[in-house]
Amino acid sequence: MSIQVKDASIFYGDFKAVEDVSMSIKPKSVTAFIGPSGCGKSTFLRTLNRMHEVIPGAYVEGKIQIAGQDIYGPNVDPVAVRRKVGMVFQRPNPFPTMSIYDNVLAGNKLNSKRIKKPEADAIVEKALRGANLWNEVKDRLGKPGMGLSGGQQQRLCIARAIAVQPEVLLMDEPCSALDPISTAAIEDLIHELKSDYTIVIVTHNMQQAARVSDDTGFFNLKAAGQPGHLVEFNPTKQMFTNPDNPDTEAYISGRFG
Amino acid sequence: MTVAADPGADPGVDPKSELSGRGSVGDVVFRGLAVTAASLILVALAAVFIFLGIEGIPGFNVDEQHYAGQGSFMGLVVPLLFATMYAAVLALIIAVPFSVAIALFISHYAPRRIAVPVAYVIDLLAAVPSVVFGLWGAVALGPYLVPAHAWLAKNLAWLPFFDGQPSGNGRTLFTASIVLAVMILPIITSICREVFAQTPRLHEEAALALGATRWEMIRYAVFPYARSGMVSAVMLGLGRALGETMAIAMIASPKVLISLFIVGTNNPQTIAAHIAQGYKESTPDRLSVLIATGLVLFAFTFLVNALARWIVARGRAK
Repeated sequence: MSIQVKDASIFYGDFKAVEDVSMSIKPKSVTAFIGPSGCGKSTFLRTLNRMHEVIPGAYVEGKIQIAGQDIYGPNVDPVAVRRKVGMVFQRPNPFPTMSIYDNVLAGNKLNSKRIKKPEADAIVEKALRGANLWNEVKDRLGKPGMGLSGGQQQRLCIARAIAVQPEVLLMDEPCSALDPISTAAIEDLIHELKSDYTIVIVTHNMQQAARVSDDTGFFNLKAAGQPGHLVEFNPTKQMFTNPDNPDTEAYISGRFG
Repeated sequence: MTVAADPGADPGVDPKSELSGRGSVGDVVFRGLAVTAASLILVALAAVFIFLGIEGIPGFNVDEQHYAGQGSFMGLVVPLLFATMYAAVLALIIAVPFSVAIALFISHYAPRRIAVPVAYVIDLLAAVPSVVFGLWGAVALGPYLVPAHAWLAKNLAWLPFFDGQPSGNGRTLFTASIVLAVMILPIITSICREVFAQTPRLHEEAALALGATRWEMIRYAVFPYARSGMVSAVMLGLGRALGETMAIAMIASPKVLISLFIVGTNNPQTIAAHIAQGYKESTPDRLSVLIATGLVLFAFTFLVNALARWIVARGRAK
């Protein structure tokens, strides 16, 4: 599913956090957002599944379309948007009281859906295999999800997100709380997931953006207290070798400022 | 721990200087106050227990005329204990759903400018003296509920609670339970509200990002997180309901009996109400019987609280 963004600005009450973002995200590709802290890249990511609405007073101007459908249309239910656009967070957040099995099925059981046991088993196995976690947990599916290591928990969260078969997967710094080995596991997973899902990832790690993404967007602040904006959006290769904008080059080469 | 006693302190600073000395005096004073306060509460509890024991134990075995026509201490205290528990449980059945709903409204549904005043008003409810609640129940709510009594006795008589002749003035255990429910509602609501509001945002977002509605998010993230807190809240409410005197003493026309029937003229009497109504016209023997029932109530409340702590601890260990 492609994502089209036109002139999107994001507000928290009176405060304008992000200004005039336009981009076109290709289906079944990985798009990375990079930029300094506080530049609005996570905020922008959250508007792609309306998660920013959790904060009272947050709203969006402009147009965001997923597969041609305006996700801010008057009859659009944010709950329905989030079922199509899954999300993985900065810190792994499996439901603490649920087993591994129930965590994976959590999304499928929403909206009072009844699932038969063999069907549920199939969903759990497929999602855990999809998240490269099956072999590690298949013998302890009934154990609590919190008993896993951080990297495994994060893959469990990815399994939970893909178990509902979304079309887009948003990842908000999914590796920032993980060690390098777990990070490598997640990056491999992102490569595999790309064949089924459109993935958008926010990362602070530029090498990671270079490794996993097809396109990269660089966000920056014009000045302190000013809203963030999208400086450049280009194929990752071009971005890291020959960026259009001198600010991008300065940021990527570490000469930021 | 004082800064002055730290051996690694800057050698340039005299450890006996006025500044460091003052800090340690404050420390000693505060520590003394804290220890005293903590010990005092234990001493007070022990004193109450000893008083109940010395004054009450003779009451277990006095002349049978002092047992309000029940023949023996057990004959008196068992119905009283039953009624105490029964009234408290009825109050909880009414209060808990309301409290949880109000707490959720305040923590997760209402916009801030409504949530804050609502929370404040609920807390104010806790400041109303129980005599006022009792008066309100007996004079206003009871008569108002007379048609409800009649309706329940007519249409739900297949339930033992409503099977019988309904009261004509509404001064029943049914009315008393409602008043009791209003009285324990603030404590349950405010504790639930606190724990609901502390639900980690990360868990809430996990549910929302999967496409949960707000109610589903509450079931997935808020309730599991708040479970042990909710148990504590309910148990505190139960503790208050068990010991509450005035509402029952003033509203329900009492009789020492075991009965599930709650809308009639004769209502099972609770220990606290029994003591409140009996102790003024007491002979020494009758008084020690009353104190002995108080001892039973004390032990019983103690057990309930211990049970609550055990449940909470078990919930946390999982």
